[in-house]
Amino acid sequence: MMALFIVGLSLGLAMKFELLAPGKTIMGAQDYNATFTLHGIIMIFLIVVPGLPAVFGNFFLPILIGAKDVAFPKLNLLSWWIYIVGATIAISSQFFGDGPPDTGWTFYAPYSFKTGTNMLPAVLGAFVLGFSSIVTGLNFIVTIHRLRCPGMGWFKMPLFVWSLYGTAWIQLLATPIVGITLVMVILERTLNIGFFDPALGGDPILYQHLFWIYSHPAVYIMILPAMGVISEIIPTFSQKHIFGYKAIIISTMAIAFVGYFVWGHHMFTSGMSGTALYTFSLLTFLVAIPSAIKVFNWVATLHKASINLKTPLYWALAFMFVFMVGGLSGMALGALATDVYLHDTAFVVGHFHYIVFGGTGFAFLGAMHYWFPKMYGRMYDAQWANTGLVIMFIGFNALYAPMFYLGMIGMPRRYFDYLPQFHAANILSTMGSWVMATGFFIVLINLIRSSRNGAPAEVDPWHGKTLEWTVPSPPPVLNFDEIPTLGEDDGPYEYK
Amino acid sequence: MYENPDLAASNFVKGVDTAFVIIYAVSIFFLVAITVTMIYFVFRYNNKRNPKATQIKGSTTLEIIWTGVPILLVLGMFYFGWAGWKPMQKIPKDAFTIKAEARMWQFNFIYPNGKREKNLILPKNKAVKLELIALDVIHSLYIPAFRVKEDMVPGREKEMWFIPQLEGEFDLFCTEYCGLSHSYMLSTVKVLSDSAFQSWYVDTTKVVPVEGESLAQAGYDLMESTGCFACHSIDGSKLVGPTYKGLYGNQEIVITPSGEKEITVDEEYIHRSIYYPNAEIVQGYNKGLMLPYKDILTNDDIELIIEYLKTLSE
Ligand code: HEM
Ligand SMILES: [Cu+2]
Ligand SMILES: [Cu+2]
Repeated sequence: MMALFIVGLSLGLAMKFELLAPGKTIMGAQDYNATFTLHGIIMIFLIVVPGLPAVFGNFFLPILIGAKDVAFPKLNLLSWWIYIVGATIAISSQFFGDGPPDTGWTFYAPYSFKTGTNMLPAVLGAFVLGFSSIVTGLNFIVTIHRLRCPGMGWFKMPLFVWSLYGTAWIQLLATPIVGITLVMVILERTLNIGFFDPALGGDPILYQHLFWIYSHPAVYIMILPAMGVISEIIPTFSQKHIFGYKAIIISTMAIAFVGYFVWGHHMFTSGMSGTALYTFSLLTFLVAIPSAIKVFNWVATLHKASINLKTPLYWALAFMFVFMVGGLSGMALGALATDVYLHDTAFVVGHFHYIVFGGTGFAFLGAMHYWFPKMYGRMYDAQWANTGLVIMFIGFNALYAPMFYLGMIGMPRRYFDYLPQFHAANILSTMGSWVMATGFFIVLINLIRSSRNGAPAEVDPWHGKTLEWTVPSPPPVLNFDEIPTLGEDDGPYEYK
Repeated sequence: MYENPDLAASNFVKGVDTAFVIIYAVSIFFLVAITVTMIYFVFRYNNKRNPKATQIKGSTTLEIIWTGVPILLVLGMFYFGWAGWKPMQKIPKDAFTIKAEARMWQFNFIYPNGKREKNLILPKNKAVKLELIALDVIHSLYIPAFRVKEDMVPGREKEMWFIPQLEGEFDLFCTEYCGLSHSYMLSTVKVLSDSAFQSWYVDTTKVVPVEGESLAQAGYDLMESTGCFACHSIDGSKLVGPTYKGLYGNQEIVITPSGEKEITVDEEYIHRSIYYPNAEIVQGYNKGLMLPYKDILTNDDIELIIEYLKTLSE
């Protein structure tokens, strides 16, 4: 998965390099279009959607609720194999047939029916990956319902577990819709049944509805577990009870629920009725509230804490900043007048990278540095970890902040080439991409080296209160010799 | 951003920019305030300074405040977003109507008197309505200076409107990804004074070959203005469609509904390719990308095109 991420990253870097100067720099328009498509597919379907749940969920969910394993370990393995198969099919579209797909990861009809490129494997791959997601969701829900250790009531579960629970419901309920949609695309391309292509009597807007009904909740599949990670890191390094435990749970479930009803904000210019437009706009603003509540509670947790300023907390702070930038830039996209102006411009690219890469990506790296000692039984070099983080943070902002500006001056997205007025900000952005990549590789190499020869880690290096810190590092195969029991006064955030 | 309303290029600029200013002001305030608080806490409550944390589990009052206040603020933002957008929906009945036609990768504007233009020529201070027609895939018509954008969806009738308020030239982009040359699908809006517009508008004389210009040159000009070169190169490189270089007189395999057949590119074939492009598809290319030009190019036009194509096979 890390390898896939590096491929995705390199594709992104290649695109930014192309945009360094107007005209052709390193690749032609067709290659550029294929590049952003592959970049999107890898990053969305193969990395951020399954990322946190697959890596940290599978490893830590059972430990955090005091179980020996997930409810269906075999199902888990199955989900992993489905993932490999789906990924292989999706990637194979690059090498066989009539050339790499060039539709963007959204596969919008009717272009996706007209293009001569190798669309089917990409769509089929995404379809197969959906099953992996459903199976994981199901497994997590059953695990959380059935396998909590004695004394672990619902309101004694760590918040990361709660976030996985909310996510799992979205995976289970929303993924089938994208499955159906993708099957419709496949049928339409192979059998010429007209669902979406107006030439066959279909409706392209129907495609967009079906696509976003899934893909908007999918955004929350990406971000909820990230918020869960932050809700673990902050109390541990504050040595303080999380502020507003129940408020955070309610906000998680609210996001999971309201998130189903806002998909229309991706389609403000597609020609829906006026009433539909402002209803979607209003709901979009409301779904922002639970995220704001979380941020307030995290900051309040730092108040009167005793802060142990270590690498994972730096990541959490960096996360909060970029997540706020991402979320607040979403306000301009949720309001009708401003979204009409910004829709499908570079602004949107900036916005979702701040949320998905800044949010989920930074939380992933935070989780990595938080749980690394537990997973590998070794410590990492904190000096290098922090250096990499600072460089990456600077590069990240230099890379994506100019995109807000570019969108404000009207540069459309998915642009292979651009007019001269867009040049200056693109130079800055491209240079930012180099800085960011440098930072990322410092972080990555440091972790890889430390996993081999870091100093041995203690059982509880950060003085945490959740159950993973009670088992050896790394944990034995079945986590606990004896299933733990929580007493009255025990709990995930009961610091003294 | 044009803060000065006198410099607003269209009637929507004020409403949209007001929404921008309000939303950004609130957003930036919160971003800065929360970031500063967060950094302050990290310094103030560092474990060197504050070795013992005070255990506070939460506060219902605070939760209510920081749920309620943001709700009020977002409702405000919603309102301004709605207010700036509302007028875009109310198209005046007497607006001057222009058809905007999009195909890969070109816009065409067709005026009531039959004039066809690649650029959008507009009279100042007059309500204009665009009827949006997409011929192949989804495109989107975006004029940043006017703050307007609307998708153009094949098979759907859609409209947009605005009043240009500033003379000058503005960019017009396609903002829905539509394939290979999406980033070259752009054009210019030219806003003229009423009198300049009128004299441009009534001048419907067709562009005839300039005296002394060769037929081939006229063919080239015609293809240039029709947009053929978006898909066909003249230097031998393969774009979405086959290159024109060496095309005329060439032998090709084409795929027809009744099977493959070999043809020679002659005048007859070129006629067919332009009027019925999807009846015979050159091997290695895709059906449905090129649309028939039956209503756009006359037989005489095609004669000129053929003259030009011949020059590429010499
Ligand atoms: C008025 C402008 C155009 C002219 C004069 C023109 C002419 C032609 C001709 C003569 C052919 C046959 C080429 C061959 O047999 O090798 C052809 C094919 C093709 N054209 Fe165009 N074309 C024009 C515009 C376009 C545009 C705008 C597109 C892209 C949207 C396009 C896409 C194609 C494609 C994909 C083919 C290959 C399939 C076929 O043979 O029908 N053409 N065109
Ligand atoms: Cu969304
Ligand atoms: Cu277009």
